Amino acid sequence: MRRDFVAQVLLEMERDSSIVFLTGDLGFNALEKIKERFPDRFLNVGIAEQHMVGMASGLALEGKKVIAYSIASFATMRPYEQIRDDVCYQNLDVKIIGTGGGYNYPNHGVTHHTIEDVAIMNVLPHMQVLCPGYSWEAREATKAMIRHKGPAYIRLGKSPGVAYEKKHFTFALGKGFVVREGSDIVLVSTGNVLDITLATADLLEKKGLSVCVLSMPSLKPFDTKLLVKHARKAKGVFTIEEHSTTGGLGSIASTALFADGFDGKKFHAFGFPPESFSKEVGDRDYLLNTVGLEPKKLVRSIMRSL
Amino acid sequence: MTRTRATTQKIGENIRQLVVEMSHRSHSGETGSSLSISDLLAVLYFKTLRVDPKKPNDPKRDRFILSKGHGAAALYAVLALRGFFPQKLLLGHRVNGGVFHGHPSRGAAPGIEASTGSLGHGLSIGVGMAYAIKGTKSKVYVLVGDGECNEGSIWEAILSAGALRLPNIVAIVDENKFQGFGAAKEYSPFDMVKQWSSFGWETLRVDGHDVRAIEKAFDTAAKAKKPFVVFANTIAGKGVSSIEDTLGAHYYVPDKHAVTAMKKI
Repeated sequence: MRRDFVAQVLLEMERDSSIVFLTGDLGFNALEKIKERFPDRFLNVGIAEQHMVGMASGLALEGKKVIAYSIASFATMRPYEQIRDDVCYQNLDVKIIGTGGGYNYPNHGVTHHTIEDVAIMNVLPHMQVLCPGYSWEAREATKAMIRHKGPAYIRLGKSPGVAYEKKHFTFALGKGFVVREGSDIVLVSTGNVLDITLATADLLEKKGLSVCVLSMPSLKPFDTKLLVKHARKAKGVFTIEEHSTTGGLGSIASTALFADGFDGKKFHAFGFPPESFSKEVGDRDYLLNTVGLEPKKLVRSIMRSL
Repeated sequence: MTRTRATTQKIGENIRQLVVEMSHRSHSGETGSSLSISDLLAVLYFKTLRVDPKKPNDPKRDRFILSKGHGAAALYAVLALRGFFPQKLLLGHRVNGGVFHGHPSRGAAPGIEASTGSLGHGLSIGVGMAYAIKGTKSKVYVLVGDGECNEGSIWEAILSAGALRLPNIVAIVDENKFQGFGAAKEYSPFDMVKQWSSFGWETLRVDGHDVRAIEKAFDTAAKAKKPFVVFANTIAGKGVSSIEDTLGAHYYVPDKHAVTAMKKI
């Protein structure tokens, strides 16, 4: 997904000379093309995320459109106050890029796991929150985010490398997508657990259920209309995210559904339990499995709840 | 509240009068920290900064950021005295339905360049501004507190400006020698001039209440070709003799007698 992001950024920087790209000393083997093509608009500010976001705000106050890049945990948590006070309060045109959200830096350890970013970004006024699930969404989300004027956060994960997009898809902030039609239950996914969600849907179909899969790359604004439309006719709604079940997609979706009068349906949010940090060591699939984000485990839980 | 066109020294006094009146009216503290920067702001806005109150967003202007946002009352006072907005707006300082918070909020009134309040933010914002307008004749001035320099992000910004050799940023350190709960030297016992200097900044010390010396220092800073910092030796609670040079100056809420006494100066 990082490759898709960089490809789109190159196009956008070509198109808009006000864009300045800042990195907090990350991007080896990824950002070189941006640095080479736009040396005057690319700056490594060093390992100083608070300063990077503060500086981004100063640049934005002077009319620049600023992209500030780091690993998702460092991009969001270290400079959170600068994001709140400098970027959001002043409603500045600064885009926070968090690469490797969720367990995408798996065996780096808890410091590099990002399971809270959506929650803490979602709560900020003016902030748009994007969590693309695969290549097309990553490119389109990057484009939409950059062309939007104002604060935005995008979480980039590891792309499943599958083209789930359909010909009629047109991306917009606040828009979700029906990746698979179905009527019995709705699986709602955000980010790059979309592949796990679709594998889960395959298994559920084998058990005789008609499964709708929604991909929600835009978490704020959120496509409540699409969710409610598909949820109304279903027996149950299940959200799947590589994030804490507190404050992420599960919370956003449940709020939207209950506001619509969600009675008599089953609902469960799958994600990371917020009670503790996982100290498990392993690769991404291994870690996701430990928290139940694995198709067979998800199917068992869903079938039990129906 | 009266408007004056007198000397810079007198403007410093006027700022102090307005600060005391505002603090009294709103029953709010942070008075001493506003008073300590009164002469620095008088020189900045009446001698140094190339700003035009009629064109507050002129791209050619110099920029000023009050990173130590708790000195906001003095900023509001000097902006009013300089004509950015009518003095009667100061009546809306920290009162219900008012205009001004206890820390600056961009957009509340013309002339406020950036919202500040949480310490350690303003210098990075200033570095970003300076980087954006590098090559123009405009300079970016950022006023930080000595206590504020406890913040790690300040040192990130000092390092960055030094590494970028920014020729258009000027920091002013208000050395009033007190922070929230003690003497600044207790928490930062080292030589700050040497510290900033080792990060690539040109440095100068000045008496922060000697307006002629301040003007001269700012003139030097304006001509600098690298990041420049002015360390201003100031007095917390300047102008209110009962609180001068005390920790309590920061929390002082003036009574009506203090307001009357300030008016007699």
